[in-house]
Amino acid sequence: MTVLDIKGLTKGFSLHHLGRHVGAFEDISFSIAAGEFILLKGANGAGKSTLLRTLFRSYLPVSGEILFHSCHGIVDLASAADVDVAYLRRTEISFVTQFLNARPRVSAEALVAEPLRLSGWHAEAALQAARAALKTFGVKQDLWAAYPTMFSGGEQQKVNLARALILPQKLLLLDEPTASLDAHARSALIVRIEELKDHGTAMIGVFHHPDDVAHLIDRVIDLTPDATNSGERDDVDL
Amino acid sequence: MSIVLDAPRLVMSRPVLEINNVSKSYGDVHALHDVSARAYPGEVLGIVGESGSGKSTLLRMLNLEETPDRGTYSLDLPEVEGNLFDLDRFARRMLCATRIGIVYQNPHLGLLMKHSSSGNVAERLLVAGERSFAVLREKAQTALDASEFPLGRMDAPPIELSGGMQQRVQLAKAIALEPALLLLDEPTTGLDVSVQALVLDTLKRLQQDREITMVIVSHDLGVIRTLADRVMVMRCGEVVEIGLVDQIFQDPQHPYTQQLVHAKL
Repeated sequence: MTVLDIKGLTKGFSLHHLGRHVGAFEDISFSIAAGEFILLKGANGAGKSTLLRTLFRSYLPVSGEILFHSCHGIVDLASAADVDVAYLRRTEISFVTQFLNARPRVSAEALVAEPLRLSGWHAEAALQAARAALKTFGVKQDLWAAYPTMFSGGEQQKVNLARALILPQKLLLLDEPTASLDAHARSALIVRIEELKDHGTAMIGVFHHPDDVAHLIDRVIDLTPDATNSGERDDVDL
Repeated sequence: MSIVLDAPRLVMSRPVLEINNVSKSYGDVHALHDVSARAYPGEVLGIVGESGSGKSTLLRMLNLEETPDRGTYSLDLPEVEGNLFDLDRFARRMLCATRIGIVYQNPHLGLLMKHSSSGNVAERLLVAGERSFAVLREKAQTALDASEFPLGRMDAPPIELSGGMQQRVQLAKAIALEPALLLLDEPTTGLDVSVQALVLDTLKRLQQDREITMVIVSHDLGVIRTLADRVMVMRCGEVVEIGLVDQIFQDPQHPYTQQLVHAKL
């Protein structure tokens, strides 16, 4: 069952103060099915993170279609209304970035519980689930009620992962989620990704060390211009 | 290029607020030119722009303090229909007192500084017809508590309170009647950074717990980034760009938005 169908997607940036247009990637087309895991690879600057951000609509594409097969029908994320995109982000699409968007004076457990609360969970049940997720990723219990703004980069990333992965979604975008993680959190992440894959979540990810998730990858897409190293997992080098 | 985005298809609710083609001039100065915007239930719409961009004028229009030369304004409320700019002065005052809450940058504009804090909140309830002293006090207390105001000081007049506390009294007054729309005009400007964070946290909590639709005007991009779901960028009375908050900050399209975002420290 197709989750995302990308057709002729092109992204570039107009830098008005320099009077220049900088291309990021051009004419990308591929599909992803439920439960499938696609690894994006390519040299620095090939456009891996840019592609993920474009799929999430943090970046506006120059042209092309991002047809998301939502529970409510097919929606083109490239041109959908902002409020529809915001709704899908709450209900069907999740993005794990390298950095936690910590808010001043909001505790780690409240941040992790937030996606559950916004999807209609009771506050106490959401909090219990948030604490369990923080425990899974190895965040010390003493820190659950503390503000992540003062955490180390590694601890913040654990909170970030717990928050982003707590609610199973239809589409999950992962941008270097293992960066700055210790071994325990890395294994917890891999277990969670396995669970989500079994649950039918389609995943597109960029990993600095793809060997961590090698056994989960179904397909590899190389964004290096003129690359030939794309295809089924068994046919390409990671 | 800028992409023309579709009308909502998934979010079926009607916008709480809708303004269309609002223009206002003062002599030769065009304060607002052809401004249109919508805010959906529970959404926070941020308005940014330099001084003189028209953002405060727009907020005063939304609070029905001014009438534009052209344009329409509607709220999705059962008790009012049509263009709110056509309402007479009395109807406007009733609507603002009961369904639109506002927090001003300057608490003197929103509060009676020498009356008690609870009395300031109760005043709004009185306008809506509440007469029982016990109910007035209880509702004022509930609103102050929701605004995280220390109840031990609820009888102190705002003039004796800190800037952060004064903003909480304004907020309690604004939410006392469960407004359909909450307008925030630079609500944290002039506050200490730590107090600013507390007020922002309270606003975020109110938005999530009560799903209040908010419009916030601020020149502080950090405040907008923390609170807003969508951002409208204004310059010289015109809307130059509108988009999701992360898109506006990460991939601004308009030359002015790029300049504004890149100027942030």
